[in-house]
Amino acid sequence: MKRVTLALSLALAAGISAQAADAQTLKTVKDRGMLSCGVSQGLPGFSSPDDKGNWTGLDVDVCRAIAAAVFNDPTKVKFVPLSAKDRFTALQSGEIDVLSRNTTWTISRDTSLGANFAGVTYYDGQGFMVKKSLKVNSALELNSASVCVQTGTTTELNLADYFKANNMKYEVIAFGTIDEAVKAYESGRCDVFTDDSSGLYASRLKLTNPADHVVLPEIISKEPLGPMVRHGDDQWFDLVKWTLFAMVTAEELGITSKNVDEKAKMDNPELKRVLGSDGNLGEQLGVTKDWVIRIVKAVGNYGESFDRNVGAGSPLKIARGINALWTKGGLQYAPPIR
Amino acid sequence: MGVEARKPPTQVALKLRRALGGKAGWNGVAVQLVFGVILAWIAYEIISNASTNLETQHIAAGFGFLHNSASFDVNQTLISYSGSDTYFRVFLVGILNTLLVSVVGIFFATLIGFVVALCRLSPNWLVSRVGGLYVEAIRNLPLLFQILFWYLAVLAALPAPRQSVSVFGAFFLNNRGVIIPSPLGQPGLGPFLAVLIAGICISLGLRSYARRALFDQGRVIRIWPYVLALVVGLPLVTMLVLGPPVTFEVPQLKGFNFAGGARVIPELVALTVGLSTYTAAFIAEIVRAGILSVHKGQMEAGSSLGLSRGTTLRLIVVPQAMRVIVPPLTNQYLNLTKNSSLAVAIGYPDLVSVWAGTSLSQTGQAIEIIATTMGVYLLISLATSAVMSVYGWRISRSMGA
Repeated sequence: MKRVTLALSLALAAGISAQAADAQTLKTVKDRGMLSCGVSQGLPGFSSPDDKGNWTGLDVDVCRAIAAAVFNDPTKVKFVPLSAKDRFTALQSGEIDVLSRNTTWTISRDTSLGANFAGVTYYDGQGFMVKKSLKVNSALELNSASVCVQTGTTTELNLADYFKANNMKYEVIAFGTIDEAVKAYESGRCDVFTDDSSGLYASRLKLTNPADHVVLPEIISKEPLGPMVRHGDDQWFDLVKWTLFAMVTAEELGITSKNVDEKAKMDNPELKRVLGSDGNLGEQLGVTKDWVIRIVKAVGNYGESFDRNVGAGSPLKIARGINALWTKGGLQYAPPIR
Repeated sequence: MGVEARKPPTQVALKLRRALGGKAGWNGVAVQLVFGVILAWIAYEIISNASTNLETQHIAAGFGFLHNSASFDVNQTLISYSGSDTYFRVFLVGILNTLLVSVVGIFFATLIGFVVALCRLSPNWLVSRVGGLYVEAIRNLPLLFQILFWYLAVLAALPAPRQSVSVFGAFFLNNRGVIIPSPLGQPGLGPFLAVLIAGICISLGLRSYARRALFDQGRVIRIWPYVLALVVGLPLVTMLVLGPPVTFEVPQLKGFNFAGGARVIPELVALTVGLSTYTAAFIAEIVRAGILSVHKGQMEAGSSLGLSRGTTLRLIVVPQAMRVIVPPLTNQYLNLTKNSSLAVAIGYPDLVSVWAGTSLSQTGQAIEIIATTMGVYLLISLATSAVMSVYGWRISRSMGA
């Protein structure tokens, strides 16, 4: 039903408004006093609400960081939970300002959806989870298995590719939400549950007996996850993109939520530039000079956010791996702020 | 010289005027024309504006994507389908799956509904209370909840494939569904079917001959021995001569699952059971109302003719009740078809799931896909109600009403 509403609102927005591509997202957000942020319906570590309705997670932190840069208040975000199927329509129709919902960057999504990826918050890859009792050690032993998957994802496409490429047969059962898929997997309808491997670890925590399930070693795809914005608004695109880069840069420079005030006072040219006491980089983005200070105070640098949500400081305990900074052998790299 | 009779106005023009303009005459026609032009203009504006806007926003538009390969799989297809087929084929797969669950659901809903209605009307206290309990319990629970119940609760109770419940070592029941032996055609299949069809046709001919003899001349012709010989005997002889028409491939446990045989997936079973039991509760009330609407004198007349209760119901009451039953029954059939879109909650690959769900998010072409989905449901619904209208019209005509 929600999908029909979204599609209708898209049809109306596209059909009636004389100029739908108004490049005014930042102004709209400021006027509204609130950032509207599309997130998942509950994926621990990335975006999930707690029992009081507070959203936390790596994807949530991106939206909080944007709100901090714009309003100096990370709570001025309205989170809109979206299923994988509804997410792009919600962005196209203008219901949300930014889609930060563990979404894989692919060329077709970048070119045909009228949206742009602002960067990569998490480098992921698709994996498989099975019950230990099946005694399967490799994804190549999964011939004739039944696989549960969330519909409308790149996961569903990679799955088809992988089994075809390895000449294996399988049965796919596609569900609208991740919770339905996990429930069917737990009830025994499927032998295998497949998702991005970070999602597998997160879903495993929700199972009755997490220890009875094992994630297979194969990673069958590249899944760079990142936030998306509408095409045609370069100012907003820049702001979201550089908010991510600011978090990574802060980690590179050792700026944390605890020492940001001290760092701001230091007489170091790069720190002065990044933290806004020198130049007007923030104003050129459409926010204030101290935008990086605001972001870091609100959510911390990239490393802090990672540890708190998915890393050592979280129940997921995912290693930094390829998500470490480029200086530490990982892929996280931000262009210079100057 | 007599006065010439005034010529009546040309009939064609008159009819046209009345059809188009109603009581307002030609003025009405003009107003309607203007209104039609305005509507067409608005539609044109919306469509052209939408396509320009989509283009400026770089959102793909148009139906070109139908020829692209879908590259995802579907677990139940009535026509052959693989990931390398096109989106258009996914569309067909979805429509057929929706039709399958609707047709099977309508069949069972009608059957259960009539039985429950007759139970409720039964003079037996216990039977009528059981019927009443069924109706009240089922129609007051949300449908989605019932479908999830049939799917999750029943599925959880079933064993894994390796511990399947086996019947005669050929039928298996487990949490992957019901696995049955699948028939493989043999050379004798063609002649066998031909003989069977011929037998059925001749039997139908015999039946209509016997009925005419009964109605026109009052002669009773006993035809069942001939029918039995034609429909059962002849095919049996053919089978003995040419060998069995089909052999069955028995499913075997291989790896995770059964190989060979045919399988009914649990999603289909859960959805059909959920939809048909739910709709049956409403149909039961409609049928009960229909039967009660027939004057009780009809029932009494039947018994005074010496007909049994069942025969009276079948020959006298139900045909009259059908006039009242058919229109609301059509509503229930339409509801069932539309409710089948709840399939997405349990992973049954219906139109909404594979087309308005997966295909939509893989292509991002919301407007085209939602519009075609609406079109398909509209078409199915209109076709259902057309068939039911024809049926209702035939009933009314046959009763001279």
